[in-house]
Order: sequence, then C-alpha cells, then structure tokens
Amino acid sequence: MNAIELENVSIRYKIGDFKNIGLKEYVLRKIRRDYHVVEFWADKDITFSLKKGAMLGIIGTNGAGKSTLLKAIAGIMVPTTGSVQVNGRIAALLELASGFDGDLTVRENAYLRGAMLGYTRRFMDEKIEEIIDFAELNGYEERAFKQLSSGMKSRLAFSIASLVNPDILILDEVLSVGDGAFRKKSGDKMKEILSSGVTGILVSHSIAQVREMCDTILWLDKGRQIYFGTDVELVANAYQEFMLSKKVPQGFEDIHTLNEQFLKRNGD
Amino acid sequence: MREKIERYRFLFEELVKRDFQKKYKGTILGAAWSVLSPLLSLFVMRLVFGSLFGRNIDHFTTYLFCGNLVFAFFNESTSQGMYALVSNAAIFTKVNVPKYLFLLAKNVQTLINFGITLVVFFVFCLFDHIAFTPKFVFLLYPIVLLMLFNIGVGMILSAFYVFFRDVQYLWSVFVQLLTYLSAIFYSIDTFPLAARNAFLLNPVYLFIRYFRKIVIEGAIPSVGFHALMAVDTLLALGIGMYIYKKYNHEFLYYV
Repeated sequence: MNAIELENVSIRYKIGDFKNIGLKEYVLRKIRRDYHVVEFWADKDITFSLKKGAMLGIIGTNGAGKSTLLKAIAGIMVPTTGSVQVNGRIAALLELASGFDGDLTVRENAYLRGAMLGYTRRFMDEKIEEIIDFAELNGYEERAFKQLSSGMKSRLAFSIASLVNPDILILDEVLSVGDGAFRKKSGDKMKEILSSGVTGILVSHSIAQVREMCDTILWLDKGRQIYFGTDVELVANAYQEFMLSKKVPQGFEDIHTLNEQFLKRNGD
Repeated sequence: MREKIERYRFLFEELVKRDFQKKYKGTILGAAWSVLSPLLSLFVMRLVFGSLFGRNIDHFTTYLFCGNLVFAFFNESTSQGMYALVSNAAIFTKVNVPKYLFLLAKNVQTLINFGITLVVFFVFCLFDHIAFTPKFVFLLYPIVLLMLFNIGVGMILSAFYVFFRDVQYLWSVFVQLLTYLSAIFYSIDTFPLAARNAFLLNPVYLFIRYFRKIVIEGAIPSVGFHALMAVDTLLALGIGMYIYKKYNHEFLYYV
C-alpha cells in the first residue's frame, strides 16, 4: 500500500509587487499598468508514489522546489494542477525554530506548539516534564521565551516535535539541531522515530544524511523531477558530482555518467 | 465537523489562552481593566455630553452605556480581529489548520470582555432605576447576532489586512466616524424622518437601538427590525466566509 501518491503535481508560486506595497501604490501601479506579479512553477509535473514504511530523501539545490512540495504534501498549499493523496495521519515539521511567541513563557509556548502539532492536552500534561528535560531547560519553564538563547529555542522546538507519532513524518532540515552533545542526542532520537515503521520524507542539505537514512530518493532541480527511485547510492553520487560540475542530467544515462565521474574522481 | 472540533479543540483553547495572557501582560491591574476601561469611557462621556444632551434623554447614563457597551464590543472585536491572520502567519504557514480558528479565538476573548461589561451594565441599570422585565431575555438576540456580525466583519478585515496593511488606518478612521454616526451620546428623535431612516443603514446603530428599546423603553422591536439585523449579520458573515474560502490558499503568499 502506498502512503503518498503524487500525480503530475505542479505548483505555481507567486512573487512580485504585491508584497508590502500598500493600497496607494497598488492603485497607482494598477493605473500605470506597472503592477507585476511574477508567477513561476515551483514544482512542475512531479509524479511518484511512496510505499508505506519507506524513507524518502529529497535532494536539490536552493530553489529546487523542495519546501513547496513538502507544503503541498502537508496540505498547507494546494497544487495548481495534479493531485496529492495521503493515506494516514501526517505530521510536518517545517522550519521548527520559528513561530514561537516571545512574550509567552517556555511552558506556555510548549503547550501552544504541542497543540499546533495535534497533541492532546492530556498528552502534553504527561509529557511536559520529559520535554523540558530533553531540551535541558529545567528551571527555565516560567521564563519569557524571548530570553532564551537561540540554541535553547531550537532545543525546545525539537524536543516537542520529537514526540510526534504520525503515520507519515515530514522533516525539513530538522534533524540534529543545537550544538555538540545535543546534536547527537537529537539525531539519535529522530533515527529512533524513523526506524519505528513510520513513512518518512526528509529534506536535508547533508547528502551524507540522505545516504545513511533513506531508501528512496527524489532529485528536484528548478521544480523539475530529475529522478525518483531507490538507487540511493548511485543518485547521491551523481548529485555530489553535479554539485561540482553544475551540469543538470537530462536522463538516467546522464546520472550514470555523473556517477562514474564521481567514482573515478574518488579513486574507486 | 464534530471530529474537526475535537481535533482542534486543544489548539483553540491554547489560542484563547494566549490572547488573554498577551493582552494583560505588563499591566498592573490585569483583567480588572475589562471592567475599568468601559467605566472610564462612560464616565468621560457622561461628563462631556451630560449637560449637552442629558437633559432631554431619559435615563441618560443607561442610554449612554447601551451605546458604549455595544460599540466597544464591535470595535474591539473588529479592530483586533483584523490582525488574526497576519499575526498568526507563523502558525498557518507551518501546520495545516483551519484559518478561522485565530479569529474565533480572538472573538472568544472579546466576548468574555463583553460579558463582564454587561454585568457591570446591569448593576448600573439598578442604580438608574431601570425596571427589570422578562423582556430582557430578548437581549440574547442582539448579543448573538452581534457576535456573528463581529466575526463576519473580522473575517473581511483580517483577509484584507493580509493584502493591504493600509486597512488598519482606514478602519480606525472609519470606526471614529461610526462612533459619531451611531447615536451613542445623542438622540435622533428630533431628526427629520429621512435622517432617522438613514440611521437604519448602520448595523451598529441597530444593535444599540435594540438594547435601548428593551432596557429603557421596555418594548420589543418590530419583526421587521429583527429581520433587518439578521440580514446585516448574514451579509457580513456570508461575505467573510466567502473571502476566507476563496483565498484560503492565497494568504500564504502575502504574509
């Protein structure tokens, strides 16, 4: 059974003049016919189906359309064309460190975030001590959130998020946060969750992480789907070579060529 | 629907709680301001307009309080509801939640505030020798409708505010204007008929009028009056819901 099915998903993204220009500028520009909204395809014709229990790594340079695609799968955005089908309860952990309220206390923020992630109050009551412990924030519970250091903030964010128990877990650059010891602790915790049979999608800039954890791989470039499949090693090699040569592969043969170049360069 | 309510209940409660905590953060008197601030504005208005209009209006304090009570509820709900989407952008760009939750949470807070003021209002009615009659039950009608009306206007404003931040200034000017046009501190009884009818176009005036009719005059407004209020409310709510539905997935690009 498939956990996620995407069929010809295309997402048109808007950027341009409309942001922060105000009413007067809007009217003036409309009159002058100088009002520009740029629409571009953040994702174009993405099609894949992901089996239950699989672990998908999405790779691609900045602006490849990774985050937009995750938002479509999470239901935050709707695809302009195509369809997204998700079977099971989904939890998307996107840009975790932001979105807290500086004026509220650590405890209040923890509850609000827990509510956002779909936990119940009883669950939070049970787990709040554990969350604070894991984030190493004992004694800070009643402090205003804005008084925390950025490391503490991301530790709290991770600690709350790591209690999720969904069928499908989406991770956008949230593996291993913080510094030193906590980085290891959080990485271990995530691996523990991912190995529990959950279907996972992972966006990471660390290709090593993708190699280590994923059994399926999706390569996006400027919104186009370069590769989807289970040849993780091969594609990861090719991707690393691509990062140097910047030559976008046009087909599976190009990927093979890139892989060979990679292996040659690394003296294999 | 039921399942949805269950699912988002915790988040909703937390949002309400957050709005309360933020509102009184840094104040010494805290929630006591909910009682004090309408009383103070009533006091100021009584002082300023008492000698001007007070002599010709029966139960002037109660008359004034009716206007203040309704208008403050409307003003607070809409002026603060306007920020419901923008100030929660960090939440709805990260998790998939119904976007009206934020506005509803805000409106719960203003409703509670209104409730507190209403109790104070009844206490004042006692002092002003107002006769409490069973007809007071009818006050539920304008209260429920005003609540829905506020939500509708709040939806429209909060959506517009996402696209144009000018809305906050325009709205504050408009509210100012509406204060003078809602017959809060004067009576329109001596106005020509055409002018009096024009006041019926102002939904906020209708709510105020309803309150006065029940409390001061001890009479129930006509069926047509009820219908007019219902139409205004449904219109605001309908437009608001339409905008929210239409732009549900557009807001994301603008915040």
